[in-house]
Amino acid sequence: MADAMYKTNKGPFVSLMTGLPGGGKTFLGILLVAALLVPLSNLLLPASSPFHVPTYLVSLMGKYVCFALLALSVDLIWGFAGILSLGHGAFFALGGYSMGMYLMRQIGDRGVYGHPILPDFMVFLNWTELPWYWYGFDMFPFAILMVMLVPGVLAFVFGWFAFRSRVTGVYLSIITQAMTYALLLAFFRNDMGFGGNNGLTDFKDILGFDLQATGTRLGLFVASLIALALGYLVCCFITQSKLGRVLIAIRDAESRTRFSGYRVEYYKLFVFVVSAVLAGIAGALYVPQVGIINPSEFSPANSIEVVIWVAVGGRGTLWGAVLGAFLVNWGKSYFTGSFPEAWLYMLGGLFVFTTLFLPKGIVGTSGTWIEKFKERRRGSPELAPAAAVKEE
Amino acid sequence: MRITIKTIIAALMYLLATQATAYADLADAAKGLLSKSYNEKIAATEAIAATGDAQAALLLETLLSGDLYATKSDDRLVYREKTGGGYQIRDIVTDEDLGVVKSGDIIKIRINNRMRGLIKDLLGRLTLLNEDPALRLKAANSVFKSRPKEMIVPLTDALAAEEDASVAAAMRRALAALNFVHGDTTEVQADALLILEEQANPDVRSLLSAEANRLAAIQDPSPEIQVLATAVSKALAKVEEKLEMLGLVENVFQGISLGSVLLLAAIGLAITFGVMGVINMAHGEMVMIGAYTTYVVQELCRNFAPDLLVYSLIAAIPAAFIVAGLCGIAIERSIIRFLYGRPLETLLATWGLSLILQQFVRTIFGPTNKEVSSPEWLSGAWEITGGLALTYNRIAIILFAAAVLFMLMLVLRKTSFGLQMRAVTQNRKMAASMGIRTGWVDAMTFGLGSGVAGMAGVALSQIDNVSPNLGQAYIVDSFMVVVFGGVGNLWGTLVGALSLGVTNKFLEPYTGAVLAKICILIFIILFIQKRPRGLFALKGRAVEN
Repeated sequence: MADAMYKTNKGPFVSLMTGLPGGGKTFLGILLVAALLVPLSNLLLPASSPFHVPTYLVSLMGKYVCFALLALSVDLIWGFAGILSLGHGAFFALGGYSMGMYLMRQIGDRGVYGHPILPDFMVFLNWTELPWYWYGFDMFPFAILMVMLVPGVLAFVFGWFAFRSRVTGVYLSIITQAMTYALLLAFFRNDMGFGGNNGLTDFKDILGFDLQATGTRLGLFVASLIALALGYLVCCFITQSKLGRVLIAIRDAESRTRFSGYRVEYYKLFVFVVSAVLAGIAGALYVPQVGIINPSEFSPANSIEVVIWVAVGGRGTLWGAVLGAFLVNWGKSYFTGSFPEAWLYMLGGLFVFTTLFLPKGIVGTSGTWIEKFKERRRGSPELAPAAAVKEE
Repeated sequence: MRITIKTIIAALMYLLATQATAYADLADAAKGLLSKSYNEKIAATEAIAATGDAQAALLLETLLSGDLYATKSDDRLVYREKTGGGYQIRDIVTDEDLGVVKSGDIIKIRINNRMRGLIKDLLGRLTLLNEDPALRLKAANSVFKSRPKEMIVPLTDALAAEEDASVAAAMRRALAALNFVHGDTTEVQADALLILEEQANPDVRSLLSAEANRLAAIQDPSPEIQVLATAVSKALAKVEEKLEMLGLVENVFQGISLGSVLLLAAIGLAITFGVMGVINMAHGEMVMIGAYTTYVVQELCRNFAPDLLVYSLIAAIPAAFIVAGLCGIAIERSIIRFLYGRPLETLLATWGLSLILQQFVRTIFGPTNKEVSSPEWLSGAWEITGGLALTYNRIAIILFAAAVLFMLMLVLRKTSFGLQMRAVTQNRKMAASMGIRTGWVDAMTFGLGSGVAGMAGVALSQIDNVSPNLGQAYIVDSFMVVVFGGVGNLWGTLVGALSLGVTNKFLEPYTGAVLAKICILIFIILFIQKRPRGLFALKGRAVEN
């Protein structure tokens, strides 16, 4: 499978334009179609039509797209560099909080207490002035910068320490979990200045557009799709480049790669930071669509759930992660609505089943079946591996 | 108030001197309680205390708790018990049965806050000569707190008659405080100081510091007062030093107590994670299963053998070990053995398992907390001095954790199973070639780790809520302990748990509980950077893979 993905050798740009890895073009096509059809059907078709997409569904799908971007960011590091982060929800939440702070500042004097600058919860806590770290968040470009910078810097600092001292495997997973747990506890504190356990909510508008309006929701949905498509292209670009191949080498034999003269920690650090920034962007798009961000986004359980989306879809396949995020979250919405008791059994069972029977995920496993099927049609199964060797 | 206390004290002293002759009629004294005026009621209350009758304390207690009634027909003071047709009433003085009445036939004796304070005071002094040493101790402490001058003589007498050492100590302290506050000469005060400065007690500190402030404020002090002032400040320094020491001891105790909780939660993990290299995210759920087993054993005892209820906690220990251990073996045989060598996948699968187990328990027992009661022999506290009390259940957990650690060490070092386990840890292939059934050893090791987690659940049921989320609360902490202490080393787990517990408790006064925990987490994250394999790392090739 890996051979098929990297058959071009013309440099990353050319390969990105000429041949996206397995199913990439189809995937981007689907995103494009969704970006076109969903708004059109919502706006043009009458509500009675079976093809009409109601607004709540637009927001729900927008939420899934954000989760998909988060899953993509996890797949980038887990699938291609072997870094299993159990704390990626933290980067997601930090991006979300940055966006939430912008949205809070946009409320202005329309809050319950009507204070022109201070958000409601600060007035409630009897604060008299804005903490310094809230400065600048009334400007959208600054907020967007922070959406990427805050998770990026945290990932850089964390990764710098972790990778330089060669913390790998489960140890890394456990300390990423500790990181998100520490942030969870920290954000629960009222004196942190992020709204304590209520978080940030009651948003009114973004860039002057009313958040409740259908047009804004469609805009956010399309923006999320664009972000997902761009994120996908970035991930393809990274994984198809030479850097990406070093990453795969690190995933499969870290010590050997190091002995071959590569500075393993820098490669890992780079991809970790990129992944954190992607997660942050996902969080920033998520918050205006669900209308709230609170510390529970930091909970370690959330981060582990992201990993299972990737595992279900197929680790190291990029669009498989997206598929997994959609499937699991759709299942979650369906089951928590219809059979709330059963959902945790389902989710737990999914973890066990996937790891035991679908180690490569849906995409990977079906890929293997298709390969086998093609080989059988070619006739002689013995020749197929030899052909693959020749191709390389 | 001042006068009333004096009156009672005078009466009490009179009573002490001539106990036999001064047997006033309790019922007469209590008549005043029927009055509407609170002043008369207060006078009556004092008179009741002055009788010194055996029933007086009972009467006052009943009055205080608001359970004292008077019959409307003949104004007798009664207490009532609810029966089917109304209230069964009994005379409070004679304990005579007066039959069943309707609630309209009796009227409650009302008291106000002033009376409440007074009654509490009176009860405190009435009990100075009680037969029960615990009550005498309480009375002595109450005198120590309020320090009325009139108590010097009765307290001296009571001290002379006192046989119980700890009660005598409390009385001596109370007497010293009285002498210090009301002493006529500086000699008496200085003598009292000698006793007081040996006390490590926050109340002594506040007494001394108030006195020191008062003496310092005196204009043109006489030489006598100057001497006294230096003595007081010296004694104050001594008491403060002692208190600081006690605070330190208490912090260490709290820390060790938290550390042993962490140790209990983490030690099973140290086996499965450390010895087998398996990340068991469902470890917390094994603890939870242990806690629920405790609950079930308790309920079984309650229903089938109520006499043995006090020992249900002890019976729960092996039960929890077996139940959780069997669960562990089942998990290992059905899931984990297919995932050896793929630690990240194991992590995910066991996480899924933990979700299933939580939901399973929630389905069976419901989402609410279950009540596991503490047996009587675990309630209460061991009071070392006034400033320091160690609760029995915390002490029991420390001892239990130590015992579990010791047993585990014994199993690992002295049994053939332990030998096989260590062999498999060090070199799986070689052990297999020597004829060790590695699969069986894996299953048993996992069962052992899970069983120990189940026993931890028994202990945690005493200090935490038994709910389906019990295990979740400990899983991050236990991983921290194992990672910090070093994988595959029980000593490391011990040192890790205790140092994390003690550090946490020492940080808490400065930072608050949540920030202390965050500090610890950040510390561990940084620590792992320096020593990626923990405090006590195993050396050798086997660890590298």
